[in-house]
Amino acid sequence: MNATATNTVVFEILRQDTTDSTPYWEKFELEYRPNMNVISGLMEIRRNPVNTDGKHTTPVNWDMNCLEEVCGACSMVINGRPRQSCTALVDKLEQPIRLEPMKTFPVVRDLIVDRTRMFDSLKKVKAWVPIDGSYDLGDGPRMPERKRQWAYELSKCMTCGVCLEACPNVNTGSDFMGPAPLSQVRLMNAHPTGAMNRDERLNAIMGDGGLANCGNSQNCVVACPKGIPLTTSIAALNRDTSVQMFKNFFGSDHMVD
Amino acid sequence: MSVYFEVMRGVTVLSKDNEFYLRRLHSLLGIIPIGLFVAQHLVINHFATQGPEAFNKASHFMESLPFVLFLEWFVIYIPLMFHAFYGVYISFTAKSNTQRYGTFRNWMFLLQRVTGVILVVFIAWHIFETRFQKAIGADEVNFDMMADILANPLMFVFYVVGVVSATFHLANGIWSFLVSWGITQSPRSQRISTYVTMGIFLALTVIGVRALLAFV
Ligand code: SF4
Ligand code: FES
Repeated sequence: MNATATNTVVFEILRQDTTDSTPYWEKFELEYRPNMNVISGLMEIRRNPVNTDGKHTTPVNWDMNCLEEVCGACSMVINGRPRQSCTALVDKLEQPIRLEPMKTFPVVRDLIVDRTRMFDSLKKVKAWVPIDGSYDLGDGPRMPERKRQWAYELSKCMTCGVCLEACPNVNTGSDFMGPAPLSQVRLMNAHPTGAMNRDERLNAIMGDGGLANCGNSQNCVVACPKGIPLTTSIAALNRDTSVQMFKNFFGSDHMVD
Repeated sequence: MSVYFEVMRGVTVLSKDNEFYLRRLHSLLGIIPIGLFVAQHLVINHFATQGPEAFNKASHFMESLPFVLFLEWFVIYIPLMFHAFYGVYISFTAKSNTQRYGTFRNWMFLLQRVTGVILVVFIAWHIFETRFQKAIGADEVNFDMMADILANPLMFVFYVVGVVSATFHLANGIWSFLVSWGITQSPRSQRISTYVTMGIFLALTVIGVRALLAFV
Protein backbone atom coordinates (compact mmCIF):
# COMPACT_ATOMS: atom_id res chain seq x y z
CA MET A 1 0.00 0.00 0.00
CA ASN A 2 1.39 3.36 -0.94
CA ALA A 3 0.94 5.99 1.73
CA THR A 4 0.84 9.02 -0.51
CA ALA A 5 -1.75 7.58 -2.90
CA THR A 6 -4.23 6.79 -0.15
CA ASN A 7 -3.23 9.74 1.99
CA THR A 8 -3.49 7.73 5.14
CA VAL A 9 -1.03 5.95 7.38
CA VAL A 10 -2.00 2.78 9.20
CA PHE A 11 -0.41 1.89 12.52
CA GLU A 12 -0.85 -1.44 14.26
CA ILE A 13 0.28 -1.17 17.82
CA LEU A 14 0.80 -3.91 20.37
CA ARG A 15 -0.67 -2.45 23.51
CA GLN A 16 -0.43 -3.51 27.11
CA ASP A 17 -2.28 -1.68 29.87
CA THR A 18 -0.25 -2.75 32.89
CA THR A 19 3.02 -4.55 33.53
CA ASP A 20 1.38 -7.96 33.67
CA SER A 21 -1.81 -7.64 31.62
CA THR A 22 -2.28 -9.44 28.32
CA PRO A 23 -1.06 -7.50 25.27
CA TYR A 24 -3.50 -6.81 22.44
CA TRP A 25 -3.24 -5.27 18.99
CA GLU A 26 -4.95 -2.00 18.16
CA LYS A 27 -5.13 -0.38 14.75
CA PHE A 28 -5.14 3.33 13.93
CA GLU A 29 -5.51 5.12 10.63
CA LEU A 30 -4.15 8.63 10.36
CA GLU A 31 -4.11 11.28 7.73
CA TYR A 32 -0.79 11.29 5.89
CA ARG A 33 1.42 14.32 6.23
CA PRO A 34 4.75 14.76 4.46
CA ASN A 35 7.90 13.89 6.46
CA MET A 36 5.98 12.09 9.19
CA ASN A 37 7.93 9.83 11.49
CA VAL A 38 6.67 7.22 13.91
CA ILE A 39 6.76 9.66 16.83
CA SER A 40 4.67 12.28 15.02
CA GLY A 41 2.22 9.50 14.22
CA LEU A 42 2.06 8.54 17.88
CA MET A 43 1.53 12.20 18.82
CA GLU A 44 -1.36 12.33 16.38
CA ILE A 45 -2.88 9.23 18.01
CA ARG A 46 -2.44 10.83 21.41
CA ARG A 47 -4.32 13.90 20.20
CA ASN A 48 -7.17 11.83 18.89
CA PRO A 49 -7.14 8.31 20.31
CA VAL A 50 -9.77 6.70 18.09
CA ASN A 51 -8.97 3.30 16.61
CA THR A 52 -10.09 1.95 13.23
CA ASP A 53 -13.26 0.52 14.80
CA GLY A 54 -14.20 4.12 15.56
CA LYS A 55 -13.83 3.40 19.24
CA HIS A 56 -12.42 6.02 21.58
CA THR A 57 -9.50 4.41 23.35
CA THR A 58 -6.71 5.39 25.74
CA PRO A 59 -3.78 7.26 24.20
CA VAL A 60 -0.81 5.06 23.35
CA ASN A 61 2.12 5.44 25.74
CA TRP A 62 5.70 5.68 24.55
CA ASP A 63 8.95 7.16 25.73
CA MET A 64 11.07 9.81 24.05
CA ASN A 65 13.48 12.55 24.85
CA CYS A 66 16.08 13.89 22.41
CA LEU A 67 14.21 13.25 19.14
CA GLU A 68 17.54 12.98 17.32
CA GLU A 69 18.71 9.43 18.02
CA VAL A 70 21.10 10.19 20.83
CA CYS A 71 19.17 9.26 23.97
CA GLY A 72 17.77 5.85 23.06
CA ALA A 73 14.56 6.34 25.05
CA CYS A 74 12.22 5.96 22.08
CA SER A 75 13.46 2.50 21.03
CA MET A 76 10.78 0.03 20.02
CA VAL A 77 10.24 -2.79 17.55
CA ILE A 78 9.10 -1.27 14.27
CA ASN A 79 7.99 -3.69 11.56
CA GLY A 80 9.83 -6.46 13.36
CA ARG A 81 13.11 -4.62 13.89
CA PRO A 82 14.19 -2.86 17.08
CA ARG A 83 15.19 0.75 16.37
CA GLN A 84 14.56 4.34 17.40
CA SER A 85 11.10 5.61 16.57
CA CYS A 86 12.25 9.24 16.31
CA THR A 87 14.32 8.43 13.23
CA ALA A 88 11.86 5.98 11.71
CA LEU A 89 10.42 7.90 8.76
CA VAL A 90 6.96 6.87 7.67
CA ASP A 91 7.88 7.29 3.98
CA LYS A 92 10.54 4.64 4.36
CA LEU A 93 8.36 2.11 6.18
CA GLU A 94 6.07 -0.50 4.79
CA GLN A 95 2.46 -0.23 5.86
CA PRO A 96 0.74 -1.12 8.08
CA ILE A 97 3.46 0.08 10.45
CA ARG A 98 3.61 -2.41 13.27
CA LEU A 99 4.87 -1.12 16.60
CA GLU A 100 5.75 -3.40 19.49
CA PRO A 101 7.65 -2.84 22.71
CA MET A 102 11.13 -4.40 23.03
CA LYS A 103 9.89 -7.42 24.92
CA THR A 104 13.36 -8.45 26.01
CA PHE A 105 12.75 -5.85 28.72
CA PRO A 106 9.83 -5.75 31.16
CA VAL A 107 6.99 -3.81 29.53
CA VAL A 108 5.81 -0.89 31.66
CA ARG A 109 2.93 0.13 29.45
CA ASP A 110 2.26 -0.05 25.70
CA LEU A 111 5.58 0.80 24.04
CA ILE A 112 7.42 1.79 27.21
CA VAL A 113 9.89 -0.71 28.57
CA ASP A 114 12.03 -0.75 31.67
CA ARG A 115 15.73 -0.80 30.74
CA THR A 116 16.93 -0.87 34.36
CA ARG A 117 18.87 -4.07 33.78
CA MET A 118 21.19 -2.23 31.40
CA PHE A 119 21.98 0.45 33.96
CA ASP A 120 22.49 -2.20 36.61
CA SER A 121 24.95 -3.94 34.29
CA LEU A 122 26.85 -0.69 33.74
CA LYS A 123 27.19 -0.41 37.51
CA LYS A 124 28.22 -4.01 37.80
CA VAL A 125 31.03 -3.63 35.27
CA LYS A 126 32.09 -0.25 36.72
CA ALA A 127 31.59 1.57 33.43
CA TRP A 128 33.15 4.77 34.66
CA VAL A 129 36.57 6.23 35.35
CA PRO A 130 37.02 6.63 39.12
CA ILE A 131 38.78 9.91 39.88
CA ASP A 132 37.23 10.87 43.23
CA GLY A 133 39.63 11.16 46.10
CA SER A 134 40.38 13.25 49.15
CA TYR A 135 42.96 15.36 47.34
CA ASP A 136 43.56 16.68 43.85
CA LEU A 137 45.08 13.91 41.78
CA GLY A 138 46.23 16.32 39.11
CA ASP A 139 46.06 15.68 35.39
CA GLY A 140 45.78 12.10 34.30
CA PRO A 141 47.89 10.54 31.59
CA ARG A 142 47.17 11.82 28.09
CA MET A 143 45.38 9.73 25.53
CA PRO A 144 46.90 9.65 22.05
CA GLU A 145 44.66 11.56 19.65
CA ARG A 146 44.22 8.65 17.27
CA LYS A 147 43.22 6.41 20.13
CA ARG A 148 40.76 9.05 21.28
CA GLN A 149 39.16 9.09 17.85
CA TRP A 150 38.84 5.33 17.95
CA ALA A 151 37.43 5.36 21.48
CA TYR A 152 34.93 8.02 20.51
CA GLU A 153 33.11 5.49 18.35
CA LEU A 154 32.64 3.20 21.35
CA SER A 155 31.48 6.12 23.48
CA LYS A 156 28.49 6.74 21.19
CA CYS A 157 26.46 4.05 22.95
CA MET A 158 23.16 5.46 24.21
CA THR A 159 22.10 2.39 26.20
CA CYS A 160 19.10 2.11 23.90
CA GLY A 161 18.80 -1.65 24.30
CA VAL A 162 18.46 -2.46 20.60
CA CYS A 163 21.46 -4.80 20.73
CA LEU A 164 19.97 -6.66 23.67
CA GLU A 165 16.66 -6.98 21.86
CA ALA A 166 18.53 -8.33 18.81
CA CYS A 167 20.58 -10.85 20.78
CA PRO A 168 19.22 -14.43 20.90
CA ASN A 169 21.06 -14.98 24.18
CA VAL A 170 19.44 -12.12 26.06
CA ASN A 171 16.09 -13.45 27.25
CA THR A 172 14.18 -14.50 30.32
CA GLY A 173 16.03 -17.82 30.41
CA SER A 174 19.48 -16.23 30.69
CA ASP A 175 21.18 -13.55 32.74
CA PHE A 176 23.39 -12.35 29.89
CA MET A 177 24.02 -8.62 30.25
CA GLY A 178 24.26 -8.23 26.48
CA PRO A 179 26.73 -6.47 24.19
CA ALA A 180 26.33 -2.81 25.23
CA PRO A 181 27.77 -2.98 28.78
CA LEU A 182 30.55 -5.26 27.55
CA SER A 183 31.63 -2.77 24.94
CA GLN A 184 31.67 -0.09 27.63
CA VAL A 185 34.22 -2.18 29.52
CA ARG A 186 36.44 -2.03 26.48
CA LEU A 187 35.96 1.73 26.27
CA MET A 188 36.72 2.34 29.95
CA ASN A 189 39.71 -0.02 29.89
CA ALA A 190 41.10 1.82 26.87
CA HIS A 191 41.07 5.09 28.75
CA PRO A 192 44.50 5.76 30.32
CA THR A 193 42.97 6.60 33.70
CA GLY A 194 40.22 4.01 33.39
CA ALA A 195 42.85 1.36 32.71
CA MET A 196 43.98 1.73 36.32
CA ASN A 197 41.01 -0.45 37.24
CA ARG A 198 40.97 -2.70 34.21
CA ASP A 199 41.25 -5.96 36.15
CA GLU A 200 38.20 -5.07 38.24
CA ARG A 201 36.10 -4.62 35.12
CA LEU A 202 37.44 -7.77 33.49
CA ASN A 203 36.68 -9.76 36.62
CA ALA A 204 33.17 -8.33 36.66
CA ILE A 205 32.45 -9.51 33.12
CA MET A 206 33.95 -12.90 33.94
CA GLY A 207 31.17 -13.32 36.50
CA ASP A 208 27.59 -14.45 36.18
CA GLY A 209 25.72 -13.21 33.11
CA GLY A 210 28.93 -11.84 31.65
CA LEU A 211 31.03 -12.12 28.56
CA ALA A 212 31.06 -15.91 28.23
CA ASN A 213 27.34 -15.93 27.43
CA CYS A 214 27.99 -14.51 23.97
CA GLY A 215 27.22 -17.10 21.32
CA ASN A 216 28.48 -15.08 18.35
CA SER A 217 25.26 -14.70 16.41
CA GLN A 218 26.62 -11.21 15.72
CA ASN A 219 23.16 -9.67 15.43
CA CYS A 220 24.15 -6.84 17.75
CA VAL A 221 26.64 -5.33 15.37
CA VAL A 222 24.06 -5.44 12.58
CA ALA A 223 21.40 -3.87 14.78
CA CYS A 224 23.28 -1.10 16.61
CA PRO A 225 22.06 2.28 15.31
CA LYS A 226 25.37 3.85 16.30
CA GLY A 227 27.48 1.43 14.29
CA ILE A 228 29.48 0.41 17.34
CA PRO A 229 31.83 -2.51 16.55
CA LEU A 230 30.27 -4.65 19.28
CA THR A 231 31.53 -8.01 18.07
CA THR A 232 35.07 -6.68 17.79
CA SER A 233 34.75 -5.39 21.35
CA ILE A 234 33.53 -8.77 22.53
CA ALA A 235 36.34 -10.64 20.79
CA ALA A 236 38.90 -8.18 22.19
CA LEU A 237 37.50 -8.70 25.68
CA ASN A 238 37.65 -12.44 25.11
CA ARG A 239 41.39 -12.04 24.61
CA ASP A 240 41.74 -9.75 27.63
CA THR A 241 39.85 -12.17 29.85
CA SER A 242 41.86 -15.12 28.54
CA VAL A 243 44.96 -13.36 29.85
CA GLN A 244 43.19 -12.21 33.02
CA MET A 245 42.14 -15.78 33.72
CA PHE A 246 45.77 -16.90 33.86
CA LYS A 247 46.80 -13.86 35.88
CA ASN A 248 44.08 -14.66 38.42
CA PHE A 249 45.07 -18.28 38.64
CA PHE A 250 48.83 -17.97 38.84
CA GLY A 251 49.04 -14.50 40.34
CA SER A 252 50.63 -11.56 38.56
CA ASP A 253 52.40 -8.28 39.19
CA HIS A 254 50.71 -6.86 36.11
CA MET A 255 47.04 -6.73 36.99
CA VAL A 256 46.54 -3.29 35.49
CA ASP A 257 49.17 -3.18 32.78
CA MET B 1 13.10 -31.24 28.69
CA SER B 2 12.06 -28.53 31.11
CA VAL B 3 13.23 -30.61 34.07
CA TYR B 4 16.59 -31.04 32.39
CA PHE B 5 16.69 -27.32 31.71
CA GLU B 6 15.98 -26.51 35.33
CA VAL B 7 18.63 -28.93 36.57
CA MET B 8 21.27 -27.49 34.25
CA ARG B 9 20.21 -23.99 35.17
CA GLY B 10 20.58 -24.99 38.79
CA VAL B 11 24.09 -26.26 38.11
CA THR B 12 25.02 -23.00 36.42
CA VAL B 13 23.43 -20.86 39.11
CA LEU B 14 25.17 -22.82 41.85
CA SER B 15 28.40 -22.19 40.08
CA LYS B 16 27.53 -18.58 39.33
CA ASP B 17 31.06 -17.37 39.28
CA ASN B 18 32.18 -20.42 37.38
CA GLU B 19 30.05 -19.78 34.33
CA PHE B 20 32.95 -18.13 32.56
CA TYR B 21 35.21 -21.12 33.21
CA LEU B 22 32.51 -23.64 32.30
CA ARG B 23 31.98 -21.90 28.97
CA ARG B 24 35.69 -21.71 28.27
CA LEU B 25 36.08 -25.38 29.19
CA HIS B 26 33.17 -26.22 26.91
CA SER B 27 34.84 -24.35 24.06
CA LEU B 28 38.25 -25.90 24.69
CA LEU B 29 37.02 -29.49 25.05
CA GLY B 30 35.15 -29.17 21.78
CA ILE B 31 38.49 -28.80 20.00
CA ILE B 32 40.82 -30.70 22.33
CA PRO B 33 40.21 -33.59 22.62
CA ILE B 34 36.78 -34.02 21.00
CA GLY B 35 37.49 -32.25 17.71
CA LEU B 36 40.80 -34.01 17.29
CA PHE B 37 39.15 -37.33 18.06
CA VAL B 38 36.38 -36.72 15.51
CA ALA B 39 38.91 -35.85 12.81
CA GLN B 40 40.95 -38.93 13.66
CA HIS B 41 37.81 -41.11 13.70
CA LEU B 42 36.76 -39.91 10.26
CA VAL B 43 40.23 -40.55 8.87
CA ILE B 44 40.23 -44.09 10.27
CA ASN B 45 36.77 -44.66 8.77
CA HIS B 46 38.11 -43.53 5.45
CA PHE B 47 40.20 -46.71 5.29
CA ALA B 48 36.91 -48.40 4.40
CA THR B 49 37.30 -46.94 0.91
CA GLN B 50 40.30 -49.27 0.50
CA GLY B 51 38.27 -52.35 1.36
CA PRO B 52 37.27 -54.31 4.47
CA GLU B 53 40.82 -55.48 5.33
CA ALA B 54 42.24 -51.98 5.39
CA PHE B 55 39.38 -50.76 7.60
CA ASN B 56 39.58 -53.70 9.98
CA LYS B 57 43.32 -53.28 10.28
CA ALA B 58 43.00 -49.56 11.07
CA SER B 59 40.19 -50.02 13.57
CA HIS B 60 41.98 -52.93 15.16
CA PHE B 61 45.04 -50.74 15.57
CA MET B 62 42.90 -48.21 17.45
CA GLU B 63 41.40 -50.93 19.62
CA SER B 64 44.80 -52.28 20.52
CA LEU B 65 46.22 -48.96 21.72
CA PRO B 66 47.64 -49.34 25.22
CA PHE B 67 45.41 -48.11 28.05
CA VAL B 68 42.52 -48.02 25.61
CA LEU B 69 39.83 -47.92 28.30
CA PHE B 70 41.59 -45.08 30.08
CA LEU B 71 41.98 -43.22 26.79
CA GLU B 72 38.35 -43.77 25.88
CA TRP B 73 37.08 -42.42 29.17
CA PHE B 74 39.37 -39.46 29.53
CA VAL B 75 39.81 -38.48 25.92
CA ILE B 76 36.30 -39.28 24.71
CA TYR B 77 33.47 -40.09 27.09
CA ILE B 78 34.02 -37.65 29.94
CA PRO B 79 34.86 -34.58 27.81
CA LEU B 80 32.12 -35.52 25.37
CA MET B 81 29.49 -35.87 28.09
CA PHE B 82 30.39 -32.52 29.57
CA HIS B 83 30.40 -30.88 26.14
CA ALA B 84 27.07 -32.50 25.27
CA PHE B 85 25.13 -31.82 28.47
CA TYR B 86 26.39 -28.29 28.92
CA GLY B 87 25.96 -27.68 25.20
CA VAL B 88 22.31 -28.72 25.21
CA TYR B 89 21.77 -26.34 28.09
CA ILE B 90 23.43 -23.53 26.14
CA SER B 91 21.30 -24.34 23.08
CA PHE B 92 18.08 -24.08 24.98
CA THR B 93 18.93 -20.82 26.69
CA ALA B 94 19.00 -19.13 23.28
CA LYS B 95 15.90 -17.74 21.62
CA SER B 96 16.80 -17.88 17.96
CA ASN B 97 15.66 -15.07 15.70
CA THR B 98 16.79 -15.87 12.18
CA GLN B 99 13.43 -14.50 10.99
CA ARG B 100 14.33 -11.06 12.25
CA TYR B 101 18.02 -11.19 11.30
CA GLY B 102 18.63 -13.56 8.42
CA THR B 103 22.37 -12.92 8.39
CA PHE B 104 24.98 -15.61 7.73
CA ARG B 105 26.30 -15.54 11.29
CA ASN B 106 22.86 -15.71 12.83
CA TRP B 107 22.14 -18.83 10.77
CA MET B 108 25.46 -20.35 11.80
CA PHE B 109 24.51 -19.60 15.41
CA LEU B 110 21.24 -21.50 14.98
CA LEU B 111 22.81 -24.37 13.00
CA GLN B 112 25.52 -24.81 15.63
CA ARG B 113 22.80 -25.40 18.20
CA VAL B 114 20.62 -27.58 15.98
CA THR B 115 23.54 -29.80 14.91
CA GLY B 116 24.65 -30.01 18.54
CA VAL B 117 21.30 -31.41 19.61
CA ILE B 118 21.22 -33.79 16.63
CA LEU B 119 24.69 -34.98 17.60
CA VAL B 120 23.70 -35.81 21.17
CA VAL B 121 21.05 -38.16 19.79
CA PHE B 122 23.21 -39.50 16.99
CA ILE B 123 26.32 -40.13 19.09
CA ALA B 124 24.34 -41.78 21.89
CA TRP B 125 22.79 -44.13 19.36
CA HIS B 126 26.04 -44.67 17.50
CA ILE B 127 27.94 -45.62 20.67
CA PHE B 128 25.12 -47.90 21.79
CA GLU B 129 25.07 -49.63 18.44
CA THR B 130 28.81 -50.16 18.15
CA ARG B 131 31.09 -49.76 21.16
CA PHE B 132 28.45 -50.76 23.72
CA GLN B 133 27.57 -53.95 21.81
CA LYS B 134 31.24 -54.85 21.87
CA ALA B 135 31.50 -54.05 25.58
CA ILE B 136 28.68 -56.46 26.46
CA GLY B 137 30.20 -59.03 24.13
CA ALA B 138 27.23 -59.05 21.78
CA ASP B 139 29.10 -58.11 18.63
CA GLU B 140 32.45 -57.22 17.10
CA VAL B 141 33.16 -53.74 15.79
CA ASN B 142 34.36 -54.30 12.26
CA PHE B 143 33.60 -53.65 8.60
CA ASP B 144 30.73 -56.15 8.51
CA MET B 145 29.05 -54.56 11.50
CA MET B 146 28.99 -51.17 9.79
CA ALA B 147 27.98 -52.70 6.48
CA ASP B 148 25.02 -54.37 8.24
CA ILE B 149 23.96 -51.15 9.92
CA LEU B 150 24.27 -49.03 6.80
CA ALA B 151 22.44 -51.56 4.63
CA ASN B 152 19.28 -50.12 6.12
CA PRO B 153 18.51 -46.99 4.02
CA LEU B 154 17.01 -45.16 6.99
CA MET B 155 20.11 -45.82 9.04
CA PHE B 156 22.25 -44.69 6.14
CA VAL B 157 20.41 -41.37 6.01
CA PHE B 158 20.67 -41.06 9.80
CA TYR B 159 24.43 -41.63 9.61
CA VAL B 160 24.87 -39.12 6.79
CA VAL B 161 22.95 -36.53 8.84
CA GLY B 162 25.04 -37.44 11.88
CA VAL B 163 28.36 -37.19 10.08
CA VAL B 164 27.52 -33.92 8.33
CA SER B 165 26.26 -32.47 11.63
CA ALA B 166 29.52 -33.48 13.24
CA THR B 167 31.73 -31.97 10.55
CA PHE B 168 29.70 -28.77 10.54
CA HIS B 169 29.61 -28.51 14.32
CA LEU B 170 33.35 -29.04 14.50
CA ALA B 171 34.27 -26.62 11.71
CA ASN B 172 31.98 -23.85 12.93
CA GLY B 173 33.07 -24.67 16.45
CA ILE B 174 36.65 -23.91 15.47
CA TRP B 175 35.44 -20.55 14.19
CA SER B 176 33.76 -19.71 17.48
CA PHE B 177 36.65 -21.13 19.47
CA LEU B 178 38.90 -18.59 17.75
CA VAL B 179 36.53 -15.77 18.72
CA SER B 180 35.81 -17.05 22.22
CA TRP B 181 39.47 -17.13 23.15
CA GLY B 182 40.11 -13.78 21.54
CA ILE B 183 42.33 -15.10 18.76
CA THR B 184 40.33 -13.62 15.88
CA GLN B 185 39.13 -10.13 16.75
CA SER B 186 38.80 -7.90 13.72
CA PRO B 187 35.96 -8.41 11.24
CA ARG B 188 38.53 -9.30 8.57
CA SER B 189 40.20 -11.99 10.66
CA GLN B 190 36.81 -13.43 11.51
CA ARG B 191 35.85 -13.43 7.83
CA ILE B 192 39.05 -15.21 6.84
CA SER B 193 38.53 -17.80 9.57
CA THR B 194 35.01 -18.31 8.21
CA TYR B 195 36.50 -19.30 4.84
CA VAL B 196 39.12 -21.52 6.41
CA THR B 197 36.67 -23.31 8.70
CA MET B 198 34.16 -23.78 5.89
CA GLY B 199 37.02 -25.36 3.95
CA ILE B 200 37.59 -27.69 6.88
CA PHE B 201 33.87 -28.47 6.90
CA LEU B 202 33.92 -29.42 3.21
CA ALA B 203 37.07 -31.51 3.50
CA LEU B 204 35.88 -33.45 6.56
CA THR B 205 32.45 -33.94 5.02
CA VAL B 206 33.95 -35.46 1.89
CA ILE B 207 36.10 -37.78 4.01
CA GLY B 208 33.20 -38.75 6.27
CA VAL B 209 30.60 -39.34 3.58
CA ARG B 210 33.00 -41.22 1.31
CA ALA B 211 33.67 -43.60 4.20
CA LEU B 212 29.93 -44.16 4.71
CA LEU B 213 29.47 -44.84 1.01
CA ALA B 214 32.27 -47.41 1.16
CA PHE B 215 30.18 -49.60 3.46
CA VAL B 216 27.23 -49.95 1.06
S1 SF4 C 1 25.62 -0.67 21.68
FE1 SF4 C 1 24.34 0.29 20.08
S2 SF4 C 1 22.43 -0.94 20.10
FE2 SF4 C 1 23.53 -1.41 22.01
S3 SF4 C 1 22.65 -0.04 23.52
FE3 SF4 C 1 24.49 0.99 22.69
S4 SF4 C 1 23.72 2.25 20.98
FE4 SF4 C 1 22.09 0.80 21.50
S1 FES D 1 14.00 10.27 21.32
FE1 FES D 1 16.14 10.07 21.82
S2 FES D 1 16.72 8.49 20.47
FE2 FES D 1 14.69 8.84 19.85
